[in-house]
Amino acid sequence: MPDKAIVEPAVDQSKRRFMKQSLGLIAATGLGAGGAKEAGAAPPEVPPSMKGPGDGMSQYGSPAKYERKVTRVLIRSQPGTTGSGASRTPLESLDGMITPSGLHFERHHSGVPDIDPDQHRLLVHGMVKRPLIFTMDALLRYPMISRIHFLECSGNSQTLYQPAPPNLTAGETHGLVSCSEWTGVPLRVLLEEAGVDGSAQWMLAEGGDSAAMSRSIPMAKAMDDAILALFQNGERLRPENGYPVRLFLPGWEGNMSVKWLRRLKIVSAPIMTKDETSRYTDLQADGKSLMFTYPMGVKSVITLPSHGMTLRGAGLYQVSGIAWSGNGAIRKVEVSSDGGRTWTDAPLVAPVLPRALTRFRLPWKWDGTATVLKSRATDETGAVQPERQPFIAEHGNNAIFHFHAIQAWGVAANGEVKHVYA
Amino acid sequence: MSTRDLWLALALVVGGCASTAMTPRATEGPNLGSEATPAQIAGWDISVGPDGVGLPPGKGTSATGAIVYEQKCQACHGAKGGGQPNDRLVGGHGTLASKAPVRTIGSYWPYATTVFDYVRRSMPYIQPQSLTDNDVYAVTAYLLHLNGIISETDEMNAQTLPKVKMPNQPNFIIVYPSRGK
Repeated sequence: MPDKAIVEPAVDQSKRRFMKQSLGLIAATGLGAGGAKEAGAAPPEVPPSMKGPGDGMSQYGSPAKYERKVTRVLIRSQPGTTGSGASRTPLESLDGMITPSGLHFERHHSGVPDIDPDQHRLLVHGMVKRPLIFTMDALLRYPMISRIHFLECSGNSQTLYQPAPPNLTAGETHGLVSCSEWTGVPLRVLLEEAGVDGSAQWMLAEGGDSAAMSRSIPMAKAMDDAILALFQNGERLRPENGYPVRLFLPGWEGNMSVKWLRRLKIVSAPIMTKDETSRYTDLQADGKSLMFTYPMGVKSVITLPSHGMTLRGAGLYQVSGIAWSGNGAIRKVEVSSDGGRTWTDAPLVAPVLPRALTRFRLPWKWDGTATVLKSRATDETGAVQPERQPFIAEHGNNAIFHFHAIQAWGVAANGEVKHVYA
Repeated sequence: MSTRDLWLALALVVGGCASTAMTPRATEGPNLGSEATPAQIAGWDISVGPDGVGLPPGKGTSATGAIVYEQKCQACHGAKGGGQPNDRLVGGHGTLASKAPVRTIGSYWPYATTVFDYVRRSMPYIQPQSLTDNDVYAVTAYLLHLNGIISETDEMNAQTLPKVKMPNQPNFIIVYPSRGK
């Protein structure tokens, strides 16, 4: 049965824009009234910006000063450290499918290293005919590919394993996912040059940071769609995203896309590094742990409206969010405005790409009563995002990684939007 | 040979000719890597597998490890691996299925070689790769002993360490590649 409150998608574009902007204003100010007070700029006055020339050109642009509040959020590091932790993308402040590089989430295990690209080397060795050392200049001469893909830390959304709903925004909860255009060399090209032994099943990837962070990667993935990424969103990688070169494994848990890549060792079996054994394994309720759970599950979250925002009275709003799957393209996102009793297909915003964030938007007429908003994604393999209750029943509360159940936002009669388990 | 095979063979010949000129295969690289010497590789290859491959010469016991631990590890990991301000390294046995699981080297880690590999590459946090291999063997022995996995006098070296059985190892279920999602 279609959800009666979900308005048919054919809605005037300017009206949708207005709704979104007014919602954003409420979220930013925390006020219930979004009235503008630009004295002197509103008609019939001519605004000051038109009464004299503006600023000059700049070498590297920055966001508008009025957007300074839009930053990475929930920056946390291990006690006594500044670089052993994570920062998150403020999902509720962004729109579209691409994450600005400066707002891409961070997860470091021992800070961001300062690496001079002229000094950096990549070593490929182990079960190969010819162990090879590459300079960054050499890599830049290789044939490149460009792909738009999300990257998600497997610890994303982990607070939702806890028994009580958190008091966190969408970005603070789910902001360990970001999406960029990654450009680099297909890893397969380098491995073929080195002459990988056909019997080798695994590859150790090691970073040039002070944790020498390392993961064992199945050879099948390395030879399939792995990228040695040199560029992110058109420019060279940011230091916090692995400058000068990182491994990128589309759709798989972020920790495996080793940053500051210095070494690839072709091996016959997993090395069983700290991060693939003691860290990124999934402790189940029965005390057993799942290991090598690589692809990120099908997932979606409504970013507008979301926790911390306040709806300003009944009426027409735009619901907007993101969906993604480590196993391919998003086929469908359904939205419910009655706590999951009824669902409506949300239009997906083109392009809908495999293993990339996919934006969905649809208009919603709120009747002013308390309700619950949910989104549910289905990917091209037919996998459907699960409800939280059966997901927790299967995995327990002790897991930390690979949470991908449905996010529910409670909307109170006074318009406040908050996390709920419903 | 069927007609289809014939066309395929012809296509390969034509494609093969073209690839020698202006249109290389998408996966063809310019071969710009320089061959790495064994000495170069030895300087960088610090990974140690569960079979012990990669373990260097050297040895250590718990008694020496206790001294190294107090100097280099205790400030972050607490006395005798008890934790605080950072990760607890000792204890937690039998807690994994409880409401408050404590994941330590002893209660959780599946391979003893991982302790050596990780300590050598990443620890101490502010000065990684500063410990000698003997110190790393000794600290590894100390942490395994504190967890009741080896005795106080057991020497850890390239032969003994891979043979250590970690108590939680049988509780790991390897998912890849059996599960597609």
